[in-house]
Amino acid sequence: MAEVTFNDIIKPENLAYTKSKLMTNNVMHYCPGCGHGTAHQVLAEVLEEEDLQSRTVGITPVGCSVLMYNYIDVDFQEAAHGRAPALATAVKRLMPDKFVFTYQGDGDLAAIGTAETIHTCNRGENILMLFINNGIYGMTGGQMAPTTLDGMKSSTSPYGRNIATMGSPIKMADIVALLPGTCYVTRQSVNTAGGVRKLKRALKKAVQYQNEKRGTCFIEVVSNCPSGWKMTPVESNKWMEENMFPFYPLGDIKVPSEK
Amino acid sequence: MAKIKGAVVIDKERCKGCEVCVVTCPTQTLALAVEVNSKGYHFSYAAFPETCIGCANCAVVCPDGVITVYKVKVG
Amino acid sequence: MEKELRLMKGNEAIAEAAIRAGADGYFGYPITPQSEILEYLMEANPETTTGMVVLQAESEVAAINMVYGGAACGKKVMTSSSSPGISLKQEGITYIAGAELPCLIVNVVRGGPGLGTIQPAQSDYFQATKGGGHGDYHLLVLAPSSVQEMADFVELSFDLAFKYRNPVMILSDGAIGQMMEKVWLKPQKKRSEEILPWATTGKPASRERNIITSLDLDSERQEKFNLKLIAKYREMEEKEVRYEEFMTDDAEYLFVAYGTSARLCQKALQLARAEGIKAGLLRPITLFPYPKKRLNELADRVKGMLAVEMSAGQMVEDVMLSVNGKTRVSHYGRMGGMIPTPEEVVENLKTFIKG
Repeated sequence: MAEVTFNDIIKPENLAYTKSKLMTNNVMHYCPGCGHGTAHQVLAEVLEEEDLQSRTVGITPVGCSVLMYNYIDVDFQEAAHGRAPALATAVKRLMPDKFVFTYQGDGDLAAIGTAETIHTCNRGENILMLFINNGIYGMTGGQMAPTTLDGMKSSTSPYGRNIATMGSPIKMADIVALLPGTCYVTRQSVNTAGGVRKLKRALKKAVQYQNEKRGTCFIEVVSNCPSGWKMTPVESNKWMEENMFPFYPLGDIKVPSEK
Repeated sequence: MAKIKGAVVIDKERCKGCEVCVVTCPTQTLALAVEVNSKGYHFSYAAFPETCIGCANCAVVCPDGVITVYKVKVG
Repeated sequence: MEKELRLMKGNEAIAEAAIRAGADGYFGYPITPQSEILEYLMEANPETTTGMVVLQAESEVAAINMVYGGAACGKKVMTSSSSPGISLKQEGITYIAGAELPCLIVNVVRGGPGLGTIQPAQSDYFQATKGGGHGDYHLLVLAPSSVQEMADFVELSFDLAFKYRNPVMILSDGAIGQMMEKVWLKPQKKRSEEILPWATTGKPASRERNIITSLDLDSERQEKFNLKLIAKYREMEEKEVRYEEFMTDDAEYLFVAYGTSARLCQKALQLARAEGIKAGLLRPITLFPYPKKRLNELADRVKGMLAVEMSAGQMVEDVMLSVNGKTRVSHYGRMGGMIPTPEEVVENLKTFIKG
């Protein structure tokens, strides 16, 4: 048999993976190795595969992902810092047949927007809240976040987070899981192919539950911030596995009962 | 026994050289290039293309969506 | 629902008028003296009749951001509050102005600063007319002086908000919010089913994705956008100025007053005339755009203008800007929830005349 050449393999019929058609051609502004890009792409894949483009309204936060609307080809609203769940509440109430998601970082969702987060989950709004937790304020230059780990250094905790004076890192997924309004709460990651594929399955469940009007779906993605953590992307992923995952363990926290 | 043979196409101009794909690859196919792209990044490339099995793990974890993966059954 | 005459509180009239105007959503948070708006809507439960969504938010901040979300879908949405709550909403309001979204914000003003008092005041004039939040922007501001106008201005506000893609404020006060008067209510309008081309309603294949944002990191583009907003405000100043005049034809002295103050100035006007003082009244109905041109014309004919406000003197600055030194301008006001009597207004006018 003749040797299979590179050109023989790279034919459309042999395609195994390419980025979603819902990803625009804009080059993402994220730092090299940042998990935001990966999370965007999984989300875009799910929106494409579930044929949701024409009925999706996304809400972007203030933080690194403020410009997310440049990257995924669906309708977007840009919220004030922390307020995405309030916008999403109104969008879903006024247009119940749309697929509505928020995308927020830890400063946005777990500090300034805590009230909106808790109450939106408590009302059980039929939306998906996607929460990227990298334990730091990335966009403003690496300040301490509500999710910054005990002892972790940041530009506003230069000697490490001191729990006695700065409080403990907050586990938002565990908190919202206590509220009756949430139907599905899970914690995922995007640093490995396996992690990305699990996140994709979680997102598909969230689409299903939103279609079934089961309540709020809350998906936390424990992610990295190579620039804010002052590490290479590969180092940051390793550090995340060793330090973030023990405190923010991956897996489902709450799943809906079968119908 | 049928074998899977894969190939990756990397948009080197859009690659930021984060290296996440390199450490993810189960067959050590990928590496960062010595040269840089127009933005100054050491882009990722298939250093050992013959070992690629088309698993797409590299593309799935690539934060910038620069990798396209193909695969065929051979033998 | 047909056209109907009812005896209602100002706050209730706003709520009923909103349902009848075909509003899509109301998002609010309780605060005195305007809680009747939310209460009335909850009781009326329009979700079962017109389909209008009514939601009690966890805060004023959440409520105004719900308005942002709803307005970005091209829906007719509104919120209401009173002074301290309106301060909380300012962040959301500037984002709404920056994203060019239509909506209605009702402020039933009480005295401040801080918690101040729950009694009526007009001390939020600056906040309402000069922007209120950060950045260069204006709301279109309507000042009702009767329960009838509380009702009528709801539909007018929505029309103007959508015409200009700009937030509109009804600047009322605790007196008009709480007083009962008869009011003609318009027949029920159907809620609009139109999908607006700029609204985020899900991207069909036929158009580019819609993005509602107030952010632009490109300074040249952002300045162009600022200039576009200014052009919009200039157009409002050309086309949307509304005011009412009382006995200005032969007036030698002019009261300038809006809302509750304008009501009592009508009485003060009669008292002054009975004493032989040729007084007149100009009542601005739009506070932004302000009736600058008309006041400037009247400044050629009168000997002085007295701005009467329930504040330390806020609108009086716009009167001064309008007349630009052509005539004497002074201010009389009460604060802390005190409403001036027509008699004290006349006494003050006499002092003003003496110079």
